[in-house]
Amino acid sequence: MKKGVIALICGSLFGFGLAMSQMIDPNKVQGFLDIFGDWDPTLAWVMGGALLVSVPGFAVLLSKEEKARIKQGVIDAKLVIGSVLFGIGWGLSGYCPGPAISVSPLIISELVWFLVPLIIGMLLARAIIGKGQG
Amino acid sequence: MEFQWQALVGGMLIGLSAIILFASMRKIAGISGMVKQVLTQTKKGAEGWWPLVFLVSLMIGTWVYSLMYSVEESLRVGYPKELLVASGLLVGIGTYIGKGCTSGHGVCGIGRLSKRSIVATMLFMVSAIITVAVVGSWT
Repeated sequence: MKKGVIALICGSLFGFGLAMSQMIDPNKVQGFLDIFGDWDPTLAWVMGGALLVSVPGFAVLLSKEEKARIKQGVIDAKLVIGSVLFGIGWGLSGYCPGPAISVSPLIISELVWFLVPLIIGMLLARAIIGKGQG
Repeated sequence: MEFQWQALVGGMLIGLSAIILFASMRKIAGISGMVKQVLTQTKKGAEGWWPLVFLVSLMIGTWVYSLMYSVEESLRVGYPKELLVASGLLVGIGTYIGKGCTSGHGVCGIGRLSKRSIVATMLFMVSAIITVAVVGSWT
């Protein structure tokens, strides 16, 4: 129950922030990625605002042990391949999972063409690399 | 560069959401991870269902904003379907294999000063920039 309430508050805050910062507009996202064209800095402000809170927040909340464990993280082939593939997908539409889900009730006939393939993609990856992985 | 206070404050709300979630539940606000959890249900009880509540609340938050302010301009419709489908597939496969997206690796991972997430974010930014440059030259 308590976890449900926290998830409700945090999810709503997150969704409100995505709409307020215009990240639900994929043209804004593609505009940011279009550094060789008419560059739109909006996403930089959003990421900057988020990190302004999350960096000091995690610095306070993480224990010494947790920080040490994070430092030991290894950059493996899966991280590299997965991130590159995600980037290609992100650039193709300007949608990443958060904004696409948050705005989906408003334009479901559009987003269904992104969200159903996203689910299929995840299940495909799971079938290929195995359940315990990923 | 113009000061964009709405983008800045909106971003801070996203960061605040991530911090509250971690402070109260020790969970990472990674959206692709939550979708994965909802799809695969590898955990029982509240551990398994809180991500679904979060994802539905994400929609509620955006919907509430749309009732308070106009979001008309932000709603893009009629984008080529083949690009949406290809994009969705690659985002699904990539975030599953790479264990994260813009929120998990970007906001939270960099927030935790994780080397893995910093590398992941740089990689998906670069591959997305190249993709937009290539797609832009087609269309």
